Amino acid sequence: MSADTLEKVRKVTVEELGVKEEEVVESASFTEDLGADSLDVVELVMAFEDEFGIDIPDDEVGEIKTVGDAVTYIDKKKSA
Amino acid sequence: MRFADKVVVVTGASRGIGKEIARAFAAEGAKVACVATTENGANATASEIGNGAKGYACDVSDSAAVDSMIESVVADLGTPAVLVNNAGITKDTLILRMKDEDFDRVINVNLKGAFNCIRAVAKPMMKARYGRIVNLSSVIGLHGGAGQANYAASKAGVVGLTLSVAKELGSRNITCNAIAPGFIETDMTEDLPAEFREHVEKTAPAGRLGTAADIAPAVLFFSSEESAYVTGQTLTVDGGLFL
Repeated sequence: MSADTLEKVRKVTVEELGVKEEEVVESASFTEDLGADSLDVVELVMAFEDEFGIDIPDDEVGEIKTVGDAVTYIDKKKSA
Repeated sequence: MRFADKVVVVTGASRGIGKEIARAFAAEGAKVACVATTENGANATASEIGNGAKGYACDVSDSAAVDSMIESVVADLGTPAVLVNNAGITKDTLILRMKDEDFDRVINVNLKGAFNCIRAVAKPMMKARYGRIVNLSSVIGLHGGAGQANYAASKAGVVGLTLSVAKELGSRNITCNAIAPGFIETDMTEDLPAEFREHVEKTAPAGRLGTAADIAPAVLFFSSEESAYVTGQTLTVDGGLFL
């Protein structure tokens, strides 16, 4: 897991969801722990796409449940 | 001034109902982004209504053009509080004579154009946790019209779009409503046969065709802060023609 990716994911998550940085731990679920609803998730995914210059198809969004999932997914996409 | 310093985007603002809507907003203090297909048309309305209004040339059926137009509005005037999807065209003819391009063009401008603009403003409105979206449907979308299969389908589609947007964005304090004008004196209805005008004058309880000034106040209501608890509705403004 790339520390750089994790740092950026945390930054984007804080900006998009308006949560505290210390809450954005790897195991935190966006919907259950960080209070994101379906619209928030879409905004978050779009922000990740912008931040990392990747495309996250709708049918792969389900893989991203936690902060750690997002980092793993983004690292995989970037190395692909 | 009900809309002091609010940024309002009005499409189809160069003439007819759209121009009157833009004028009414500016009179209530709004900074209006006047969108029209030609730069001249857009700028003419903007300079006429004043109060910091700005013209934007954009074909609403072109989603990339709409995205960049909305980006420019945000940069020039600020995040839109109100979007009025008024741009619309007709290409009337009986179904047997209706060409693919007649059908597609009307759908692309009237329905997809509204969708394009909504998608483009949704993000900034969601971030702002505030938005008022008003779509211009038509009594033809609710009742049909011989020779207007394309137009009726597009305007009925606008009603469905309105309902979905209301449900999808409601949690972000964004409302979406529609206005269904009846027969309004504009360039669009000027070619109607004289018998039809007489029919409207005899049948409508109001006893006359409508004017753009009859529509604008309804649009301003749906655009106001006070209408926060009204969403997904279609208000018919037709002088009672279809009662």
